[in-house]
Amino acid sequence: MSTNDSPQGGDAALINASIAQLKDWLAAGELSANDLAAAFERRIETIDPELNSLISRVEANAPASTDGPLAGIPYAHKDIFCAKGTRTTCGSRMLGDWVAPYDSTVHERLSQSGAVLLGKANMDEFAMGSSNENSHFGAVANPWDTAAVPGGSSGGSAAAVAARLVPFATGTDTGGSIRQPAAFCGVTGIKPTYGRVSRYGMIAYASSFDQGGVIAKSAADCALVLGEMAGFDPKDSTSSDEAVPDYVAGLDGSIEGLRVGIPKQWFSDALDPAVGDAVTAAIDELRAAGARMVEIDLPDADIALAAYYLLAPAEASSNLSRFDGVRFGYRCEDPKDLQDLYERTRSEGFGSEVKRRILVGTYALSAGYYDAFYRRAQKARRLVTEHFQRAFDQCDLIAGPVTPTPAFDRGAHSDDPAKMYLEDIFTIPVNLAGLPGMSVPAGFVNGRPVGLQLIGRHFDEGRLLNVAHQYQQRVDWHERMPSIAGDSANDNREG
Amino acid sequence: MSLTNDQLQAVAHLARIAVEPESTEALRTDLNAILDQARLLDDPRLNDLEPMAHPLDQTQRLRPDEVTETDQRDTLMEGAPAQENGLFLVPKVIE
Repeated sequence: MSTNDSPQGGDAALINASIAQLKDWLAAGELSANDLAAAFERRIETIDPELNSLISRVEANAPASTDGPLAGIPYAHKDIFCAKGTRTTCGSRMLGDWVAPYDSTVHERLSQSGAVLLGKANMDEFAMGSSNENSHFGAVANPWDTAAVPGGSSGGSAAAVAARLVPFATGTDTGGSIRQPAAFCGVTGIKPTYGRVSRYGMIAYASSFDQGGVIAKSAADCALVLGEMAGFDPKDSTSSDEAVPDYVAGLDGSIEGLRVGIPKQWFSDALDPAVGDAVTAAIDELRAAGARMVEIDLPDADIALAAYYLLAPAEASSNLSRFDGVRFGYRCEDPKDLQDLYERTRSEGFGSEVKRRILVGTYALSAGYYDAFYRRAQKARRLVTEHFQRAFDQCDLIAGPVTPTPAFDRGAHSDDPAKMYLEDIFTIPVNLAGLPGMSVPAGFVNGRPVGLQLIGRHFDEGRLLNVAHQYQQRVDWHERMPSIAGDSANDNREG
Repeated sequence: MSLTNDQLQAVAHLARIAVEPESTEALRTDLNAILDQARLLDDPRLNDLEPMAHPLDQTQRLRPDEVTETDQRDTLMEGAPAQENGLFLVPKVIE
């Protein structure tokens, strides 16, 4: 197929089309799944060397289902999801050559729905990072400005969707790892309620926070994909048996009279005023669509941050103890005894941020410090959760910034971990409380995207998607596409 | 609360991570900057709160005690860095 044979205008039309549109073309026989995959593969080949958003390419197989809800739709997995027979690295040297012997539930469900895997996306090692600079497989460039980071840890997923290398990608969010890179890359991302999406086969970082989700161009695309991923899984004892509503059917509801909580503490000196302006303009759009704004209190984001950076490392220190150089993954050369094998394997196999977090977590859990650190942080988790509960007495959903600034320059924070952690100040409280959150493109500051964060009550993903979709009916930020060197496929580009 | 070099070495041993002496100081600085934030947790409002382990306060679900997995020993052993006859190989532990 020459590029001009695709429905209505070649590859440019394909890569910018909504998933619903692609489904229509496929169903009408105007497009074949093979040709669709090939169009995206060509794009990956041309553009990804500049971005490094994928760690591994996967040869496109014929869809496992030809009439499933995602039949023939290409996608990428964050390289944290096991897919049988594919290299699954988690961005680490520790798993550099490891081939997954089984499927994650998310992969199994997406396969059953007919989606076609094209690659495994780059990420911060073991999902620890906010810039994608902690990957063993190299940093990822932000498609809007290659001097900027794409955010993290699902930085490869967000960059790949922004650059239109795939229609959607999976991601995971432990402290903001879907929402922050989605904001930095100008794409739409949803982190569901804790337990909404199965964690089976999703390599663990901090198990009481980790949650899989979707990054796509629009809320409508996210709704379609999340509906396929979500639901109870007997293989994940923390997955919820709460029924999964039809997210797509809920998109068109009116938001007239909806009470939107605006956390006054989040619009403080810590927020870049230009980001604040963009977020305020987005909130004005929600008001124009009939929503009512209510000022709410969400204090103690600094306490939330302090608690998270003890609790998540504590859980990580336990989860990552499985990487011992014996059963799978990397092993150091010529170990002189078993102790040396463990210690050198882990010292060489893990990158510096992962080691820092394992050490912090080990310390926080060690005898004599457990009460002062770990238990105290669990109490702080309760405090933060109660703040949200009180806020939701006054409003139906919360709107605010995703990050204090737009994407920062590569290398800007890489030698100051404590400063890097501040990037997560508006996303982490949501993970402590296990709430669903979204990032929705809401404009640009100096050519770099800004995200609007929407936060819902537990299991209120449908409402988040509905509000985001209604917002996206009024603006076109989510339809803008970065101009990328070497890219000839699109004529819809934004400088 | 700040970490001494000896404490750092002890924690590194607990975590089975070798820390080279030349990187100890930089690592100690990083860790102390992170642990410094924990001072915020001295807030007296936390004293009487119940520690929270699960974001929805749920307890662990139980499942029927049934065998669901089939034997995949050969497949799983393929990921091992060193193996022989279906066993993991490690350096000699007992002289």
